[in-house]
Amino acid sequence: MTAPLTPSQTVGPFFGVGLPFERGEQIATPGLAGVIRIEGQVLDGNGDPVPDALLEIWQADDQGRYRTIADGEGTRGKSRDPSTGFGRCRTDSEGAFSFLTLRPGATPAPDGRVQAPHLNITVFARGLLRHLVTRLYFPDETAANATDPVLNLVEPARRETLIARNCGGVLHFDVRLQGERETVFFAI
Amino acid sequence: MNPASEGEGKLVREDEREPPYLYPDYVGTRLRAPAKPLVHLPEGFHDFPAPLFPRTIAELDHELTRQHGGEPIGERIIVTGRVLDGDGRPLRNTIVEVWQANAAGRYLDQDDQHPAPLDPNFSGAGRCLTDTEGRYRFITIKPGAYPWKNHRNAWRPAHIHFSLFGSQFRSRLVTQMYFPGDPLIPRDPILQSIPDRAGRQRLVSQFDPETTVPEWALAYRWDIVLRGRAATPFEDEA
Repeated sequence: MTAPLTPSQTVGPFFGVGLPFERGEQIATPGLAGVIRIEGQVLDGNGDPVPDALLEIWQADDQGRYRTIADGEGTRGKSRDPSTGFGRCRTDSEGAFSFLTLRPGATPAPDGRVQAPHLNITVFARGLLRHLVTRLYFPDETAANATDPVLNLVEPARRETLIARNCGGVLHFDVRLQGERETVFFAI
Repeated sequence: MNPASEGEGKLVREDEREPPYLYPDYVGTRLRAPAKPLVHLPEGFHDFPAPLFPRTIAELDHELTRQHGGEPIGERIIVTGRVLDGDGRPLRNTIVEVWQANAAGRYLDQDDQHPAPLDPNFSGAGRCLTDTEGRYRFITIKPGAYPWKNHRNAWRPAHIHFSLFGSQFRSRLVTQMYFPGDPLIPRDPILQSIPDRAGRQRLVSQFDPETTVPEWALAYRWDIVLRGRAATPFEDEA
């Protein structure tokens, strides 16, 4: 027997009291070997900053494994190792966000192929009645990106919206909700 | 996504149950809804497991009435229900996060400019883990309605925001719970963005006399159903 799903509603403008948590943007501890910084902006259809968005990253570890409750580690109890693979960051008045993390490994696709290293990014905002899902791919993984089964589903002209740019060691990734260079979003 | 075409009764795609991204009556969607079609991934690509939540849930995090020195002003309520997957199975040990306005309809948020009082004894946020039967429980105060600038004389019905993870990446849900009999519900474009009446009704809690505690607090019951592992169409009860 199946039960009808509970529909989505917008996160609204006032999620700041409930969802962000301290150092939520630090998926990896600052100073850790190999830590990478990701910066970007969320922009609307006019190219204006979206100051009331919340981004979440869920990613695999360097072995391409997702850490989960099923690993037997639970959620209650002592504070978590920072590298749970999950982070949260709200945008500021300029629509800007940033994360610190470690590069994930390649992950297996359900059909047995290999997915290039990527971060799963979920976007919530006032004005989004449902959340959006996108992916960040790494600019120096040219070979892996070329055979990635998900990137290959995207029309070539739009793939660049999913590949971060290396700006002096910082990975830059903007989320354009609408318009000319709209980010590719995936059906959930 | 499976377009549904067989079986008894009318089947609908999961997608058609959800609000659209663009719903012009909700003005905030106009410049934020993606204009290009979403890219559909083959089944299974979003079936990786929900994350470890990187923070501890404390014993009293579900009691929004006990986070300060005194009791908040307002009508004390109990909000409880079960978190289930699409097959009706309880989701155990899953995180439920809530946030809400105070009894006067004001959020503890510097961007909330509604000229209603803040309550020094109410922050309006809580977390809990579901128990072995998928139950969650919060003790809070009934939030007030508040005005917003969507259209002339626009007021949001009283609501509590909910955030859930479930078992899979694709289970993630952020939504809002409403209260039965609220006269603002038919006028609210955010709730009315859900295409079918049954879907809208699923966001309205029910008064729960069984859980109501005599001489202490009214209770409201609200069950939540999250996407499970595979995209399965379901019967339309309409």
